[in-house]
Parts: sequence; structure tokens; C-alpha cells
Amino acid sequence: MAHHGLTVPLIVISVFWGFLSFFVSWFIPKSLSRVVIITILVTCSICCCLFWLIAILSHLNPLFGPQLKNETSWYLKHHFLEEEDMLYGTSR
Amino acid sequence: MGSMFRSEEVALVQLFLPTAAAYTCVSQLGELGLVEFRDLNASVSAFQRRFVVDVRRCEELEKTFTFLQEEVRRAGLVLPRPEGRLPAPPPRDLLRIQEETERLAQELRDVRGNQQSLRVQLHQLQLHAAVLGQGHGPQLATAHTYGASERTPLLQAPGGPHQDLRVNFVAGAVEPHKAPALERLLWRACRGFLIASFSELERPLEHPVTGEPATWMTFLISYWGEQIGQKIRKITDCFHCHVFPFLEQEEARRAALQQLQQQSQEMQEVLGETERFLSQVLGRVQQLLPPAQVQVRKMKAVYLALNQCSVSTTHKCLIAEAWCATRDLPALQEALRDSSAEEGVSAVAHRIPSRDMPPTLIRTNRFTASFQGIVDSYGVGRYQEVNPAPYTIITFPFLFAVMFGDVGHGLLMFLFALAMVLAENRPAVKAAQNEIWQTFFGGRYLLLLMGLFSVYTGFIYNECFSRASSIFPSGWSVAAMANQSGWSDAFLAQHTMLTLDPNVTGVFLGPYPFGIDPIWSLAANHLSFLNSFKMKMSVILGVVHMAFGVVLGVFNHMHFGQRHRLLLETLPELTFLLGLFGYLVFLVIYKWLHVSAASAASAPSILIHFINMFLFSHSPTNRPLYPQQEVVQAMLVVLALAMVPVLLLGTPLHLLCRHRRRRRRPTGRKQEDKAGLLGLPDASVNGWGSDEEKAGGLEDEQEAELVPSEVFMHQAIHTIEFCLGCISNTASYLRLWALSLAHAQLSEVLWAMVMRIGLGLGREVGVAAVVLVPIFAAFAVMTVAILLVMEGLSAFLHALRLHWVEFQNKFYSGTGYKLSPFTFAATDD
Repeated sequence: MAHHGLTVPLIVISVFWGFLSFFVSWFIPKSLSRVVIITILVTCSICCCLFWLIAILSHLNPLFGPQLKNETSWYLKHHFLEEEDMLYGTSR
Repeated sequence: MGSMFRSEEVALVQLFLPTAAAYTCVSQLGELGLVEFRDLNASVSAFQRRFVVDVRRCEELEKTFTFLQEEVRRAGLVLPRPEGRLPAPPPRDLLRIQEETERLAQELRDVRGNQQSLRVQLHQLQLHAAVLGQGHGPQLATAHTYGASERTPLLQAPGGPHQDLRVNFVAGAVEPHKAPALERLLWRACRGFLIASFSELERPLEHPVTGEPATWMTFLISYWGEQIGQKIRKITDCFHCHVFPFLEQEEARRAALQQLQQQSQEMQEVLGETERFLSQVLGRVQQLLPPAQVQVRKMKAVYLALNQCSVSTTHKCLIAEAWCATRDLPALQEALRDSSAEEGVSAVAHRIPSRDMPPTLIRTNRFTASFQGIVDSYGVGRYQEVNPAPYTIITFPFLFAVMFGDVGHGLLMFLFALAMVLAENRPAVKAAQNEIWQTFFGGRYLLLLMGLFSVYTGFIYNECFSRASSIFPSGWSVAAMANQSGWSDAFLAQHTMLTLDPNVTGVFLGPYPFGIDPIWSLAANHLSFLNSFKMKMSVILGVVHMAFGVVLGVFNHMHFGQRHRLLLETLPELTFLLGLFGYLVFLVIYKWLHVSAASAASAPSILIHFINMFLFSHSPTNRPLYPQQEVVQAMLVVLALAMVPVLLLGTPLHLLCRHRRRRRRPTGRKQEDKAGLLGLPDASVNGWGSDEEKAGGLEDEQEAELVPSEVFMHQAIHTIEFCLGCISNTASYLRLWALSLAHAQLSEVLWAMVMRIGLGLGREVGVAAVVLVPIFAAFAVMTVAILLVMEGLSAFLHALRLHWVEFQNKFYSGTGYKLSPFTFAATDD
């Protein structure tokens, strides 16, 4: 249950799609379909990046939490507690 | 394949073809497939054109070909495919082909006729022999009672005056289904005065015409009395029986039988010879027919194309008008030069300006062809307007995947498409005739991208066959909630449903880095969260897609030289769209970023804010998202409403002003226009300033055509369509939410009702393993049938609709026509 932030994923994803669209575009060989391939790369990067961004922004500040069945809560409480004991030696 | 941004430049060329070389030139052009001929003789009927005689000869030849093909098919043979390059033959070769074909056809007809008559004769002989050979014992025995015979009569002849009457015989054969009727009729008509015996042949004989085997019944009728004899003969004639002479003496009959058998053997030999000759003729037909068919088809196409050319006044050459891509003009001229050089004359082609809208030509390769195909299904673009296809290559599979997002299903679709793509060059795959398979095969690259994007959106929705996966650790901690809220095990046992509260420290540890947190798939209220997420996502994607469409319109306006539309149409449209719905997107993102769980109880509702924005009212219970929100909103609404009259009146007024200005100085303008026209016609050939759909037109004509009421009406329709469309189209994008919800729910139901029951059956190892096999089979079949095929088609359809209507009506008119070049490729098998 590591603490997640927004910055690290944001940087990683942006670098990945940015690399794909800008950097790779320069290296497409000069053929008849060069323009179309670059269009494809740029459109793909924009669509995928935007979709990921919407997903992460939507649960950045959740207004309510999940409603779990008691069996599920019991399992998660004990299962993850044990795992954390193994990982960090402490319990939260 | 060039850039697919807009149609290639297409020019009208005039070809001068000297009569001697016209045929070869057109045939060469057909091989290359460069130009589309325009029909210059449209007013002339088909029967009055110049080459109608040649066309008719080709058609008659094709009729003979059909007859030969039918004969080959009847004999059970297959025509081989023509090999090699077969150019259209010169006209003098047509005579040779015609002669050969006629000869073959006549031979074939003769041989078939002979074969037929021989078979009929053989059939007769066989029947006769069978009738004679058939034993009708009792009857024959009675015949001998009147002769010196040792055999005791089996039948007592009726006594008295009838004893000295001779017994006569009628022997013949009748079809088996008629035999009972014949027997009954004979009995009723001549009762008592005849004895008829019927017996069936042991082996069936083949019918000479149809070739069906039929078992005939032979009969032997012995009667006495002449009148009876006549009656019998009439009856047998009625029933179409074959009647043969029946000799009384057995030796005579035996001799006759021997003779018949000899005859039939000879006949069979002759028949064998005939059939050998027939197969020889058919072999020659097989060799000659396929290339001849291709050649004559090409020749007919060339003559039909030549019929579209007009004859020049000096009757020395044909003039043809054709559309040709500018890039292919050198190839065209070279082809004409080469093919006419053989005849010693020269054919030329030169460009002429045109008043009509040229056809659209967009070159595609096999990957982009399917995407261009779905754009063209809506409508082929106007000449040189922006082509939505290069963006559709990505946005169409992406929007499909938003509605279909599931890693497992996407992976299955991707693998299926990959298999088709890797096997695309195999001849067995290409030759398959099944239409449904052809549809799927034609869209294999489409399916490939759709599957790939579905895997991506499946990871974001965190669904693999409706199961979530924890690639990263979840951002919600139950342990922290349990510790801080006193959730002991006893407490948990008493309460069946408990909600995690993000306000409690340590419960929410941060957003899941890639996609939706897996804990939501375990939650009972996951739909509440997902619905909110997906609805907002749909609106954001919709507004971005539509804004992109409006921006693409900019390129159209600049290319067609209608820069006034940039200021008077694009800018108001963008302001209206972004001012209202872009602001909605801003509200969504702002709330996501700035409203957290601490203030969850009093969180502002975007919906109520949006409604109040339009009604200029205020809800006291709904707190503002940011200071001065109401002022900003009021300003935006006023600005958007102010754009409506600009959109409505801007362009028509501008056009009217320009029209009046032009009328005041006519001469100067006209010179300018003509100079601009005779130069390289690029954008100038197309619409100069008119908003009407007919592009192209000279300036002089434009002045006469500018009807103010039409322009105002057109602009009013456009304004209403855009403004009301903004609202309805944004709502239309909510189908992205609806279909992805349906897909997720169907997938979850299938899992819960089928697989989970199977996996939870019994603790013994053996039972579960055996039962899982049929259960998994059911799960797999239903996944493919319902979730892949049905949902896939549904999502495909809706993604297509979003593109065709919501995206393309912002900039695309689709009122052009395709360049369909004159080519033999379609006729080559």
C-alpha cells in the first residue's frame, strides 16, 4: 500500500507518449506515407495520453469510498496487514 | 501512396487520337488505368454510336462463349484460368477468333446431336432385346397348345366356337409407374379377351436424354379377336409404350434376339467413338476459351470507351475528354506516344480548363484502404476538401475501444485480426467466396487496431474478462480504516456492508497510477463511481473531438480562398462550442482537482451550476466552485449568444457587399479573373466566395448566380444546425458511457453466472475438473457470440455514427464523386 502521487505517473506517461510522438517522428524514413505515419503517431499519443489523464484525475480526490461486504473487508484487513508486516516490519 | 490530407489534383485532358491508332491507344490506357473518360456523346443513343457494330459483334461472340462454357460445365470439366498478359487484340484478330469459335460451336452441336440420336436408338434396341428376352412362360405355353407340342396346356381355352380363333401377341415395354394403370385399363376395356402379364426388368436402363436410370416393365398381352387387337394397340399408344413385333416361334425369337444384341453392340462401339471425339472437342474448347473470353471482354470495353469519344470534323481523329491525375500526366503522354508510334502517327494530350468539379482521387494502400472506405461510405469528399481519413485511422478504433474496453476481449480480437493479416497473401484465403468472411477479411487492419486499443482501454478500466488486476498496489487501505474506526472482527460480523471513508487518514493513499483502482471491482457501489467517471470522460472526449472537427474546417476555408469564413464562421463556432461546453469541461476538471473528500458533504454539483448558468438563476445550497463564478458564467453565456447573429448574418452580408463592389467595377475584375483562370488552375477553378455546395464556377457566372435569399437561407440552416447540434451532439457522445457500461455489465454477468459457479463447485479435485470443461465451453461460446460479435458490432456501429455525424458535420460535405479510371483490372479474372 505504497503512497501514490500524481507527479511520478504523470512524468512517466508524458515522457513515454512524448517520446513516441515527437522523437520517433523525426526518424520515420522519407517515404510516400511519412506524413500519414506521423499523423498516426501524434493522434495516438494525444488520444491515449488524454484518456489516461482523465482516468487518473477522476480519482485524484475521491469524494466517497468503496462500500465493501464484510467478508471482503475482513479478508483485505488481514491479508494486507500480513503482507505489510512482511514488507515493512510495521503495521499501519 | 501520397499524403491523404486532401484529394490529389485532377485535371481535365483532351486527347487527340488519330483513327488508325485510336484502338491501340485506348487499349494501352485501359491496361494502365490512368484516366476516366467523359461521355461526349451522351445525347446519342447506344444504337447510333460509331462503333456499335463492333460492340454487337463482341456481344454475339460472348453469347457463343456462354454456350461453350455451358457445354464444358455439363461435361463436368473445369475451365482453366487464363495465364499471362492478354492485351486486347487488334480488330482484324476478331475475325479469326470468331471463325474458330463458330467452328468449335458447330462441331460441338453436331457431335452432341449425333450422340443423342445414337443413344435413343441404343435405348430402343435394349428395350426390344429385353422384351424378347423376358420370359413370359405361361402365355407362351398356351400358344403352343395349338401346335404339336408335348406340353400340357396350363390354360383351358374357353370351349366352343372360340377354339379356332388364333391367339395374337402384343409385346412391349412401359414405364413402371404407368404399368398398374395400363393393366387396369386393359382389363376394363377388353375384359376376358386378353391375358396380360407384366414383369419388371432386372437391371435399369439409362434414359437417353436425362441419363436417369429407369426400370422398365415389359408386358406380353395375348388376345384373340381383331377388334380387341385394335383396342389394345390404341391403349398402348395412349400410354406411350414401346411396342415391338413378337414372333411366335421361339427359334425366330431367339434369332431376332441375337441380331438385336449384335446391333446394340455395334451401336455401343459407335457411341464410344462419338464420345471420344466429343471429349477431344471439349479439350480444344478448354484451351481456346479462357484467353479468348478475356480478350473479347477487353475489346468490348475498348469499343465502349471509343464510343464515348467525339469524331473531329475532318474525320481524321477522335477527340476524347478524360479526367487524369496531374501526377500521372507524364505517364499518360508517354503511353499515348508509344502506342501511336507503332502506327506511325502521333496522339497528343493536353490539359484544358474545366467548369465542372473534378472527381476526387485519394491513393491508399491496403492498410489505409479500409479507413478511407468507411469515410467514403458516408460520402466521397468534394474535390480537394480536407479528408477525415488519416485521423479516423486512430480515432475510430479509439472510440470503439472506449466502448469495448476489456483486456481479454481486446486480446482475442487482436489475435484474430493478426492471424488474418499474417495469412493475407495465401491464395486459399484470398479465394474464399463466403461473403461474411470477405467482410471480416477486408477489415482486418481495422480489427487489428480496434483490438489493440481495446487492450489499452481495458487496462485503464482495469477489466480483463470483467476481472480487475492489481498491477500496482491499490490506493485504498482497509487496514487503516479498520484500525481507526474500530472495525474488530465482531463488528464486521454484525454489519454486512461498510464503506471506506477517504477522510480518515491513511485510508486513501493516492490515485492508482494506471487506470481505475482494483478495489472498486470488489465494491458494491462501484457503479456510482464508474458512472460519474465515464460520463465526464464521454463529455470531455466529445468536446475535444468536435473542436478538432471545427479546426479542420479552417484548412478548407483557407484552401478554397474563403478567408472571410475564418472570421465570420470558424471563430464564432469555436467561441460558442468552447464557451459553453469547453467551460463545462473546465468545470469538470476544476472540480476533480480542487474538491476533495474533506468538503465532500457540501461538494458543488456541476449539473446544477450548468443549468443555472443558462437560466441566469442561483441556487443558494450549491456553493460556487471558485470566486466570481457567476460573473464569469454570465459573461460566457452572453458571449456565446452574441456569436449566434454573427454566425447567422456575417457571411451573407459579406458576400453581398463583395458582390455589390464587384458590380461597380466590372472590367478590371474580369481581366484579372481570366488571367487567373488560364494559368495553372489550382484553387481558382473551385468556388470563389460562394457558400453554396456547387464548387467551381467562373467569376462571371458567380455574379449572376448570387441570389441573396438563398445565401441567407443556407446560412440560417447552417447556424441552427450548428448551435442546436452542439448541444445534441455533446449529449450524443454519452453513448460512449452507455455502451462501455453495458459491455462491463454483460461481461460481469457472464462471469458470475457461468464461470464462478463452475469454479466454486466442489472441493474434490476430480469433480471440479470434469465439470469445468463444459462450463468453460459455454463461457467461451457465449463470450465470443455475445461479447465479441454482438457487442463488437454494436460498438463499431456507434463509433461509426459518432464519426459520420458528430465529427464530420463540423467540416465535411461529402458531395463529391470518385475518380473511377478506365481499366481492365476489373474484367480480368
